[in-house]
Amino acid sequence: MKIGVVIFPGSNCDRDTLHVFGEVLGQQVVPLFHKETDMQGVDMVVLPGGFSYGDYLRSGAIARFSPIMEQVIAHANRGGYLMGICNGFQILTEAKLVPGTLLHNESRKFICKNVFLKPQTTNTLLTQGLSTSDVLQVPIAHGEGNYYIDADGLKALNDNDQVLFRYCDAAGNITAESNPNGALDNIAGVTNKGRNVFGMMPHPERAAEDILSNTDGLRILESLLSLVK
Amino acid sequence: MEDKLTTVETAKELGLLPEEFDKICEILGRVPNFNELSVYSVMWSEHCSYKNSIVWLKTLPKDGERMLAKAGEENAGLVDIGDGLGCAFKIESHNHPSAIEPYQGAATGVGGINRDIFTMGARPIAQLNSLRFGNLQQERTKWIIRGVVKGIGDYGNAFGVPTVGGEVYFDDCFTVNPLVNAMSVGIVEKGKTVSAISYGVGNPVFIVGSHTGKDGIHGAAFASKDITEDSADDLPSVQVGDPFQEKLLLEATLEAIDTGAIIGMQDMGAAGIICSSSEMSAKGEHGMVIWLDKVPTRQANMKPWEILLSESQERMLIVCKKGHEDKLLAVFDKWDINCEQIGEVTAGERLHFYMHNELVADLPAESLVLGGGAPVYHREYREPAYLQEIAKYNNAAVPEPADLLPVMQHLATHPNLCSKKWVYQQYDSMVGTINMTTNQPSDASVVEVRGTDKALAMSVDCNSRYIYADPHKGTAIAVAEAARNIVCSGGEAVAVTNCLNFGNPYNPEVYWQFVGAIKGMSEACLALGTPVTGGNVSFYNQSSYEGPVYPSPVIGMVGILDNKNQHQTLYFKRPGDLIYVLGEMNNDLGSSQYIYSYHGIKHSSCPHFEIDAEVKLHQVLHQIRANNLAESMHDIADGGLFINLIESGFYNKLGFNISTDAALRTDAFLFGETQSRAVISIDPHEQPVLEKLLNASGIPFRLLGEVTEGAVRINGTEYPSIEAFGQLYDEALGQIMEA
Repeated sequence: MKIGVVIFPGSNCDRDTLHVFGEVLGQQVVPLFHKETDMQGVDMVVLPGGFSYGDYLRSGAIARFSPIMEQVIAHANRGGYLMGICNGFQILTEAKLVPGTLLHNESRKFICKNVFLKPQTTNTLLTQGLSTSDVLQVPIAHGEGNYYIDADGLKALNDNDQVLFRYCDAAGNITAESNPNGALDNIAGVTNKGRNVFGMMPHPERAAEDILSNTDGLRILESLLSLVK
Repeated sequence: MEDKLTTVETAKELGLLPEEFDKICEILGRVPNFNELSVYSVMWSEHCSYKNSIVWLKTLPKDGERMLAKAGEENAGLVDIGDGLGCAFKIESHNHPSAIEPYQGAATGVGGINRDIFTMGARPIAQLNSLRFGNLQQERTKWIIRGVVKGIGDYGNAFGVPTVGGEVYFDDCFTVNPLVNAMSVGIVEKGKTVSAISYGVGNPVFIVGSHTGKDGIHGAAFASKDITEDSADDLPSVQVGDPFQEKLLLEATLEAIDTGAIIGMQDMGAAGIICSSSEMSAKGEHGMVIWLDKVPTRQANMKPWEILLSESQERMLIVCKKGHEDKLLAVFDKWDINCEQIGEVTAGERLHFYMHNELVADLPAESLVLGGGAPVYHREYREPAYLQEIAKYNNAAVPEPADLLPVMQHLATHPNLCSKKWVYQQYDSMVGTINMTTNQPSDASVVEVRGTDKALAMSVDCNSRYIYADPHKGTAIAVAEAARNIVCSGGEAVAVTNCLNFGNPYNPEVYWQFVGAIKGMSEACLALGTPVTGGNVSFYNQSSYEGPVYPSPVIGMVGILDNKNQHQTLYFKRPGDLIYVLGEMNNDLGSSQYIYSYHGIKHSSCPHFEIDAEVKLHQVLHQIRANNLAESMHDIADGGLFINLIESGFYNKLGFNISTDAALRTDAFLFGETQSRAVISIDPHEQPVLEKLLNASGIPFRLLGEVTEGAVRINGTEYPSIEAFGQLYDEALGQIMEA
């Protein structure tokens, strides 16, 4: 599989993302610089974490207007796979490629720590290798990860099985205490209606190597590889 | 030349001494104009010239097999870590800016120290910080803390380098003047480093990065005076940071180095353009002409001296090979960063600054810089009066409490000892995916060096109370503790960077502390084989209310794990494992957190410490690790044995059942802070091998007891469970900050 990782000015998880797909998962990876328009024939695009354009407006608000994004949006509209992690998720919501929006954390502070996730559906490429009874430990690192959507939107998300992950405790209970940022209904990640665009606040690429003593994130990313099979 | 000549009065207003004004006139052979005098005032400020410290700094040990760049040679120290790689690292203070504008002050401190690393061609891979704040009962202190932590977080997080470690202390002496020290560690391929040098007549000089504004003018001079009621008037002396620009500057700079077009480069920190141009020129023994009107500015009509002195952040000065300008411009254009030619290298050793074709300053570069014409002073020093108070301290007279539980609760929730989670969770500690201590905590922070078998261990340490009690011994302890942290993490201590935070050097009692600290650091660094690669001196940390802060020579240390698999963790693994303490147990309570805050004894002796015992301990710990005997290894530091044990227990929620030595005071056994000690836990099967090794080593040791399922039992008395202590420890600081 050929995976393109978009580099916006201010992206800072681009190297980590290239590393995990390239070195750890052994896939072909190409950086896609924001000024470019050539998608280089990639099968899947990842929007990495970071502070694109400094996040000086709203997180992700400017990135969606960059030249490469026009191609990325076209790719997604054609049904191509697209994943946004953290700031990448924020860009996906700004570009309306996935529903909802990401508000400031309830604490109004940046939060970096391990959290637990419970997969909510196995009916997507990203989660098909998981079980809804799994509890995965994956880190978060964001100031604006408080997922919000209106009541109709939430109903549609649930009705269409579009919630990918919810925050839970170590035992897998979805509780208020295990919600790190105030996200509506503990939502940590969602997919679009076409089930080809994935957005999540937690960083699976930060839990994907033995040297980090946590490979729960790798299980999530490995699901994507079945695309080549 | 600008016609307005200056007088000794102007010089005094700019912070220069009358004799310094005379010296400037002598150097120039005439009276300086205002631009020139401003230049001298910042370049000869304490911050840039180290005029009151350099005599002593030169006595620090700086030689070692691994040294690639010694102290003073480059922007940061550089050590050989093998595999064709060098590690550049440095710590720096941003105390004064943080005192009056905590957010920007701390943020730009982070920016500055990272630029010091990547201007050498090294990619920063880890950041640490060392913070000291005042009385937590005061709302203003909380305001400073919130601002500093958010400033460090917002800048470091966006910059995309993990903040992997640090320390946070609280004491009333830091209420007006907090200490904010930031450290950065980077990796560079050997032979790919860039020097802060300028040579080659006709080579073009470029300014890259942010536009130049009026922020931070006289920042270096501001850092070189006491904080007073009027300090808020110095607000324009605080710079404003833009981490987004810094991130782009990092990527563009490293890419530009790869083009081979760069002769030399220096970031612009204190004293801006004048500092970079003079230091690079002096080092390369060439002159430089700079056309100040070509400098991109944020506002119109900036005066020549404002452009020269501006400390606007995220800027670099680059000397490019003539004919290779296109390569440089292409890279900076790709990253949308300004890159403007503003001058060129000239023959001779003078700097000529022009504004619209008019010569506005004409100076010999050498005369401005440290090691050149900058003044060097020998300050007088004398033993402080307060030492008599310390001499009166009688350890035996400290009453021993009947019930230990209130002491345990006091210490477990004391802001100096409890979890700093409220602080560090606001920092991205995991970006870069190399932080091995996220899920495997150890005394030092450990990051893998990608592409090699190695890992780097790093630690920042300083107990200001110890140094106040005895600067010499206290600073030696700071070095020893940093090294101990690295050894307990499975590493070999390699080299030191320091951030020397003291009061006003013209106060002989303060200077006595400084001299003692340097001597203690030298002694410990020599004994432990960790040369000093450089650092930063911050004097004038004092206020009109509180006097000087506690002397705080913060030690930043880097160590190497030859194999990342030898990483040693600090936490108990299994119930039933045996717990040993290595090192001397005694009745010493001096300067412990226990007597300082529980008993309220503010003057007591520095904890017991002997460098030979420290060296011996490290050898034994290395042997234990090499034989893979220990399940956990954790040094005894602030808070003593009790804090060590609960910290060892939290991760797996395992407790301990121990007995103390009946021949010693129980409070001293549990809460004393005697140095050169560590706790290890072992599988019971290893007991014979371990004891044989310990007996052969000759160091004192004691079997304390064993790891439990969660119960905390001391001398048969049952205390609250480890989980209960964990909750207190975890939540104490957050409760204060959110109250």
